[in-house]
Amino acid sequence: MSNLIQLNNNTAQIAENAWVTAQLPASNVEERKQAGKVVLFKLTGEETITDTQIADTVIPASGKVIVPLSVFIARKELLLSRITNGEIGVWLDTHELLADLVSCQPDLNALPIIAVHLERFADGRIFSLSTLLRTRYGFKNELRAIGDVLRDQLFFLKRSGFSSFLLRADRSATEALASLSDFTVPYQGAVDEPRPVFTRYNRPI
Amino acid sequence: MYKYDQIDQQIVNERVAQYRDQTRRYLAGELSEEEFRPLRLQNGLYIQRHAPMFRIAVPYGMLSSKQLHKLADLANKYDKDYGHFSTRQNLQLNWPKLEDVPEMLAELATVEMHAIQTSGNCIRNITTDQFAGIAPDEVIDPRAMAEIMRQWSTFHPEFALLPRKFKIAVSGTKQDRAIVQAHDIGMEFYTDSAGKLAIKVWVGGGLGRTPILGSVIREHLEWQHALTYCEAIIRVYNLHGRRDNAYKARIKILVKALGIEEFKNQVEAEWAHIKDAPNTITEAELERVGKHFEAMPYENITANDAGFDASVASNPAFAAWVKRCVHAHKQTGYRAVTLSLKPHGKAPGDATSAQMHTVADLAAQYSFGELRVSHEQNLILADVKLSDLFAVWEKARTAGLATPNIGLLTDIICCPGGDFCSLANAKSIPIAEAIQMQFDNLDYLHDIGDIELNISGCMNACGHHHVGHIGILGVDKDGSEWYQVSIGGKQGNDASIGAVIGPSFSAEEMPGVVQKLIDVYVKERTPEERFIDTVRRLGVTPFKTYVYAKEVVSA
Repeated sequence: MSNLIQLNNNTAQIAENAWVTAQLPASNVEERKQAGKVVLFKLTGEETITDTQIADTVIPASGKVIVPLSVFIARKELLLSRITNGEIGVWLDTHELLADLVSCQPDLNALPIIAVHLERFADGRIFSLSTLLRTRYGFKNELRAIGDVLRDQLFFLKRSGFSSFLLRADRSATEALASLSDFTVPYQGAVDEPRPVFTRYNRPI
Repeated sequence: MYKYDQIDQQIVNERVAQYRDQTRRYLAGELSEEEFRPLRLQNGLYIQRHAPMFRIAVPYGMLSSKQLHKLADLANKYDKDYGHFSTRQNLQLNWPKLEDVPEMLAELATVEMHAIQTSGNCIRNITTDQFAGIAPDEVIDPRAMAEIMRQWSTFHPEFALLPRKFKIAVSGTKQDRAIVQAHDIGMEFYTDSAGKLAIKVWVGGGLGRTPILGSVIREHLEWQHALTYCEAIIRVYNLHGRRDNAYKARIKILVKALGIEEFKNQVEAEWAHIKDAPNTITEAELERVGKHFEAMPYENITANDAGFDASVASNPAFAAWVKRCVHAHKQTGYRAVTLSLKPHGKAPGDATSAQMHTVADLAAQYSFGELRVSHEQNLILADVKLSDLFAVWEKARTAGLATPNIGLLTDIICCPGGDFCSLANAKSIPIAEAIQMQFDNLDYLHDIGDIELNISGCMNACGHHHVGHIGILGVDKDGSEWYQVSIGGKQGNDASIGAVIGPSFSAEEMPGVVQKLIDVYVKERTPEERFIDTVRRLGVTPFKTYVYAKEVVSA
């Protein structure tokens, strides 16, 4: 059973995943620690990917592939024909910079899909990244949350502009569907509904 | 005060259902501890030393009689028959069961209350002046804007999981009583030269382990842009605030690292894109919400009341209470009353269910059915007629709510401390109680005069020790509890952070240490000086010398 939820005209449904996500090979750089504990999250703009990792990333020779941002930037020339064919998407981590994506690929809408990867579900940078992709950079195609994606964040992800959600493998996407409609009438304007409640409704006193 | 419409009620009802299901999934093992943690925190539920602690939102400190009756009932039914009013104007229950919380939320929803975002890494309850709407020095009643901001911040999707907690305070008075400079964002409302409502915006203040007063990021912001400007600030923070170290994750650290100029540039660049976005507040919305905060239907009465004057003249105890606990009011013939939750020898800010019922009844009978919670952890009846003050005093006194110590040494701000809180290094309530007993003489207290003593059980600074004229901080040294003392902190327009006087003390030493600080003040003060003025004039040295010199002599 697929673990992907897709929004189509604001209706959520379980969908088959047409995309393969290319992964960076494991790094041999040690994780940063403080007092023996792994640090909570990587800092925005932190360089954590090595040239070797980029070079060693396996991109399947055919089919639809979402490649890591660093690999996309470094190996874009080799992917040009597949980009034209709509076979290439890009994923980035929450600590990576949208500016890097946009300077390498000014026309984001040439990409059929952009994914943002959550290393940990509690990393709220993802909401600002998607908001900016939609409102600042005008990205109109599929925007997908991947990684540590859990149902209790789905409502916020949807409101922040995501249109598909690949639930963490050990969780049920079918059960998670319900959380997309936790709230009927949110107060503030956001990506999915830019108008705040006070301009959408007549709220007589 | 603000009354819910169908939309507000539906959001709160849906929250109850959502949290009920989250609790169910947690108890069924479908959610891990780590996954449940931010969910319960954003509903005010901490796991504490003895039991969970449950923090109920009191938006900008406003309560109705009906709501306070409900809080009293909840404290009785689900807790040990008392509650604790916090320095962020909320109510905390220290002994509820995790399993009961969904039901408690359902009960709260029936009186238009909730626990949304009272904890966790999100935008917290927005606080303000406890005398909003009635203070004579008020320029603008900030409550309508506070309510608009409450709605905007409730489940704001982009800011649902910030690097760290985020606190906003708003103020509309000449004399700041909301400590706007000690908040992540402080908004000071004023009327600009064109006669329009404007906002001076402060950013990057905060207490905690790195106390910093905020910097002005914008001198003049038109009120319509309050939400979008906050969005620009918080977006920069959300993306660039540190998440690798929880102790360095508040916005103040980012502002300090970038410098206020660079931070401001980034915010302004961001804001340029969203300045007139749909979240811009409309005149109609300000008017709609403002209608909820219109002046009470005051009676047309005279400025003086013969009965009141006679009572003051004939009853010294009443006169002492009037002096400390009764405050000026915009409306002729009316006063605001502070009901002290600081009786000597009791935990500051605690109220029993019976006391809450009494206050709710007093509010219903004498103050239009409304009351407020102050960040100094007292309860306020905002609109009492002069002629009713004596009756209010008698009833309050019977209920133990009329200690005439507001603004005096024993009106201590104090966090729950090591007795309850799992973060605390040391107990704070017994220290407060011991100090109150050391100074359990009202004439002496009145002679010492205006002073603020604040106690926090750890560097998270819930007791605001940095801005206390005397600040006491619980520290842990090799597993035992010690207390670090600072002096010279102050809230208000001329806010300052206190300076530590020297090595820390044991719990037993603390009443004596405070006594010595007061002795120096009483000896050195000029007739006009408050404690804080003397500290500012003389500096820390004479206090420090006396406190520590005595130690050597007695040893």
